[in-house]
Amino acid sequence: MLDVLANFGRKGLDAFERLGRGHLLFLQILAGITSLLPRPGLLVAQIHSIGVRTITIIVVSGLFVGMVLSLQGYYVLSQFAAEDSLGVMVAASLVRELGPVVTALLFAGRAGSALTAEIGLMKATEQLSGLEMMAVDPVRRILTPRFFAGFISMPLLAALFSAVGVIGGYFVGVGLLGVDEGAFWSQMQAKIDWNGDVINGVIKSLVFGVICTWIALFQGYDTLPTSTGVSRSTTRTVVHSALAVLVLDFVLTALMFGD
Amino acid sequence: MSIDPPLIIIRDLHFSRGDRVIFDGMDIDIPRGKVTAIMGPSGTGKTTLLKLIGGQLRPSHGTIEVDGLDVHKLSRKALFKLRMRMGMLFQTGALLTDLTVYDNVAYPLREHTDLPESMIRRLVLMKLEAVGLRGARELLPSALSGGMARRVALARAISLDPMMVMYDEPFTGQDPISMGVLAQLVRRLNDAVGLTSILVSHDVEETSAISDLVYVINGGKVIEQGTPSELANSSSASVRQFMSGLPDGPVGFHYDAPTLDEDLLSMRGAS
Repeated sequence: MLDVLANFGRKGLDAFERLGRGHLLFLQILAGITSLLPRPGLLVAQIHSIGVRTITIIVVSGLFVGMVLSLQGYYVLSQFAAEDSLGVMVAASLVRELGPVVTALLFAGRAGSALTAEIGLMKATEQLSGLEMMAVDPVRRILTPRFFAGFISMPLLAALFSAVGVIGGYFVGVGLLGVDEGAFWSQMQAKIDWNGDVINGVIKSLVFGVICTWIALFQGYDTLPTSTGVSRSTTRTVVHSALAVLVLDFVLTALMFGD
Repeated sequence: MSIDPPLIIIRDLHFSRGDRVIFDGMDIDIPRGKVTAIMGPSGTGKTTLLKLIGGQLRPSHGTIEVDGLDVHKLSRKALFKLRMRMGMLFQTGALLTDLTVYDNVAYPLREHTDLPESMIRRLVLMKLEAVGLRGARELLPSALSGGMARRVALARAISLDPMMVMYDEPFTGQDPISMGVLAQLVRRLNDAVGLTSILVSHDVEETSAISDLVYVINGGKVIEQGTPSELANSSSASVRQFMSGLPDGPVGFHYDAPTLDEDLLSMRGAS
């Protein structure tokens, strides 16, 4: 019994210690912006590797999510003869929720896991140690550009997801199901609010960008330098990011859209 | 002996990992301009010692002075400045895997200097020429053999013209030719550029051949020091065991364990 308690206590302490290390690393990463500003090339290269290379999966997923939304929405709305509101429904769902959330989940799976594996392997092969001995701070040189690349890429990817999703919804709703084109676009334009919907969606994806990239970088940097260690960290990145995104989405939605 | 004060002065060094004591009051002086070898069986903390000298680890007690500066009392900025004057060759080479040989060697120059690219090119080619790999400059580290990767890492370690280079097990896992090439390089660079070299190794023969001074460490302390020939004739049983490669002696063949009978007869041994 005492052993179980001691074990429980040790695990709790370990978890808090990790949390502390994670926050310290976060501050160090932010402080690194001073050395990033004079070298924008580092940031651009990372935006390419983290953001641009995630575009394909975002576009394809966005298209199909928009198409499914339109299909499902049409069946429900048509029961109340409200098919004309299909555009609003698709756009609101995408901009408020699905855009930021699904993008963040895909980002964690595609870019987050890659970041963790990359940093973890750099640690396992002593490349990070090597940088330190060359008087190069690995946090500033390796982690900071990746962090800000994730922070910048996430809202852009979410915007792309939503835009492509709306087009997918349009194809299915207007093209296949025969919803009136004018009603589809005009209702969307009238009902979707810039501040209430679009800006709140962007704020969500900025928060998700910070969380997903931070988790990925910390898991890589804090990994055990073995193959099992890197594999576990990569899994943890995806699981922790997904949970954090879903929980934070609830909190943010309650704050933004609750009365 | 040199009349200059030693480049590195280690006094009363204590360091532990968890409950395991690695160093237990160790004193070492590394003279300037010489090749000093630190030898000892695996697991005696030789690599840890280099990390302590480089300020990557912090001792629990004791001091390490490099060129008159106490490494562990320096600010982060001052420590990084000192590291620019230290080169370190990791056992694995620690090359950046997504950069070519050329870019790896140019890396410290690009990070720490504002030299124009034409000047960097000349410097990089000179360093690569010194290690005999000018022709391999377009290769990626994955295309290099272990020995070549270490030579590239050596070229990178000396790219900022440091005052000292630390070598972590440079001969481990090398074929006889690469081993000979690396050993000659260590000696030649030391003498030609006026470096101070610290060589951590357990390859007795190769290391003895190129070292001016050898420290043998075991059990967290220096157990013998002297020139390679003095050590070869040492009266200490531990040193003799190590230098002649005897399987059993003061350093036991067996890892600590209960007696074999006890272990075989115990029920819990099945796990």
